[in-house]
Amino acid sequence: MIPFLLYLGFFILSFVAVRAVVGGIARTGFSSLKTVTFGDESAVVPDRRASILSVIALFLLWGSFTGSALLPSFLHMPGPAVGEFTFEHTVQDADGNTDDATVTVLVYDPEVTEGEPEVPTVDPGDGFAKNDAMIIETYDSELARLQNNDELTRDDGTNIIAVNGEPITPGGRLEFDFGSITMSTRGSLNIAPDQGLQMEPIWLPPPEAVVSRLFEIANDGFRNFTLLEHLGYSLFRVVVGFAIGAAVGIPLGYAMGLSNWFRGWFDPIVEFMRPVPPLALIPLVIIWAGIGETGKIVLLFLAALWIMAIAARAGVSGVNITKVHAAYSLGASKWQIMRTVIIPNSLPEIFTGARVAMGVCWGTVVAAELVAAEQGAGMMIMTASRFQNTDIVILGIILIGVIGFGIDILMRIAERYLVPWKGKS
Amino acid sequence: MNGLAINNLSMRFELPNGSAVQALQDVSLDIKQGEILSVLGPSGCGKTTLLNIVAGFLAPTAGNIVLNGSDVHGPDAQRGMVFQKGALFEWMNVRDNVSYGPRMKGQRASEYAGNVDHLLDIVGLGDFKDKAIYELSGGMQQRVALARCLANDPDVILMDEPLGALDALTREKMQSLVLKLWKETGKTIILITHSVEEALLLGERLIVMAPRPGRIHKEYQLPFADLGVNADLREVKKHPEFGKVREEILSMIWDMEEEIMGRTEAAK
Ligand SMILES: Nc1ncnc2c1ncn2[C@@H]1O[C@H](COP(=O)(O)OP(=O)(O)O)[C@@H](O)[C@H]1O
Ligand SMILES: [Mg+2]
Repeated sequence: MIPFLLYLGFFILSFVAVRAVVGGIARTGFSSLKTVTFGDESAVVPDRRASILSVIALFLLWGSFTGSALLPSFLHMPGPAVGEFTFEHTVQDADGNTDDATVTVLVYDPEVTEGEPEVPTVDPGDGFAKNDAMIIETYDSELARLQNNDELTRDDGTNIIAVNGEPITPGGRLEFDFGSITMSTRGSLNIAPDQGLQMEPIWLPPPEAVVSRLFEIANDGFRNFTLLEHLGYSLFRVVVGFAIGAAVGIPLGYAMGLSNWFRGWFDPIVEFMRPVPPLALIPLVIIWAGIGETGKIVLLFLAALWIMAIAARAGVSGVNITKVHAAYSLGASKWQIMRTVIIPNSLPEIFTGARVAMGVCWGTVVAAELVAAEQGAGMMIMTASRFQNTDIVILGIILIGVIGFGIDILMRIAERYLVPWKGKS
Repeated sequence: MNGLAINNLSMRFELPNGSAVQALQDVSLDIKQGEILSVLGPSGCGKTTLLNIVAGFLAPTAGNIVLNGSDVHGPDAQRGMVFQKGALFEWMNVRDNVSYGPRMKGQRASEYAGNVDHLLDIVGLGDFKDKAIYELSGGMQQRVALARCLANDPDVILMDEPLGALDALTREKMQSLVLKLWKETGKTIILITHSVEEALLLGERLIVMAPRPGRIHKEYQLPFADLGVNADLREVKKHPEFGKVREEILSMIWDMEEEIMGRTEAAK
């Protein structure tokens, strides 16, 4: 909730600040003369300053809530309390006599302190309840055995009845500025020092931890494979699965677009397989082909096959009949029309399909590796999550995103180069 | 026997809902070699259907087409077609579009290059040979379509509203170009149009078709195409006969359309 509100605040603040200080971006070219821009989608261009601020905001939030060393400390959210604090507790014996004793708690950060620090030595004090001392790790809580050292123990019928003068009963909870104290049903105090607003590294590591993991894994590898091998395996599966899927799917789609018999034969299969998400096939493919390369490539082949077949079929049905007529009247044979009209005309559709298929394959390979694999981007984050290496999980997610984005950019460049006429007729 | 004979052509479209449209009823025409014929008529009277049958894209329900003494079945390179739009191949540049027919016949570049360049110069696209189709204006695209058809050297050129998608000024220039090409190449041309002026300017002979069923309603022999070859088309339009025939045909088509509307009104 707090991160979200901060993000919202940052959004509004940057908008207002940039508008006030620099002004909105000037519309250029023809759009600068338009008087109606609200509702005219073509007049909306991304404000790149907003994009930059948006990325900065995300990293600021990330760093701030993880106490990142990359940020000056005044930008950090309050971290977990470290150091000593004390509180009083009141013990009542079976006869109704009460006695106070002080508890000294030392909170230490295991990432900073090597080994366990010494428990602070305290003077036992007087009365039947003696003063106590204990140590607690940051983000941890500890059940305090306060009565063990007392002259009268729980077996003698003593009970803790108050903390810092505030009464407490089993199941109760008290809040103090050093943290919270709850009483268990059996009457012991559980001490939870204040954790601050930062995230524990096990939930969200700071950015620099992810970066150093990147270098570590790039140099030393992860689970017997280097980082490049992990990513390379995933990419290899996608490329091979997609290539086979396209090599079968495109001719199949053409056949469906050109022949009644093929259309009739494959329609039920394609229409049935199209809505089945490839992820649903993972269990079956594992049963049939195991967790090795074959299974994954079969899965990606199936993921790409229907998409490419449907794209090719749409490419054929999309051919303007006047182009086919024109080619016939210019003396072209069926095969020549296939080669010079139908195939080129279907390329834009096929490229659109290929971009979709590549995206689906990339998502499917990661999911398949999550389920079972010995190497690959998905296996990396799954294994890391079992060992609670959250930094590797986040690193993996970022790499998967970057590669997926890279694939799409490459396909778009190829598209612009190979089908320059797309969307221009 | 040279020329194109359209013999007792009928075309009936059976609709999926059980009814039928008689698009053509017993249409006969003889077109001499080298003649330019324009076809006019209210929309829906079967002009496109007639042209598609001559081109060989449709088989008529009755009648036949005879070109230079032999029956026509299916499309081939003898009958070239110029469509209103959308028939150029965007994945080829201007030159490759124009050389498409010769290339499909297996000619080598050395055989067709000269003619293709020459045709592109005639249609005024000498400087645009390597441009992509989508970089050209609508008028230029139609010039490419004309050149592509001519490069294939067909016996008959069929045009279905070839200038219909162009603006008025471009259209005027293209009309002169069509006349010039007709004169220079001596091709037989059938030109469908919905512009009465265009039909008068470009047709040596003009037929007006009537709808439901589609049939030939009236035929004219006109001098304007020959006049227009060597003169400004705007001068031709000032010819006293031109205005007279134009008014006559306009009111004829007007009457037909009124009749169609009346029939639809009555049907309601
Ligand atoms: N494929 C078809 N199926 C059914 N009816 C058609 C088909 N093609 C044309 N028609 C009908 O035939 C008639 C003539 O059409 P068309 O030749 O396109 O007319 P025009 O070109 O003169 O406007 C119209 O009534 C049209 O609805
Ligand atoms: Mg028509």
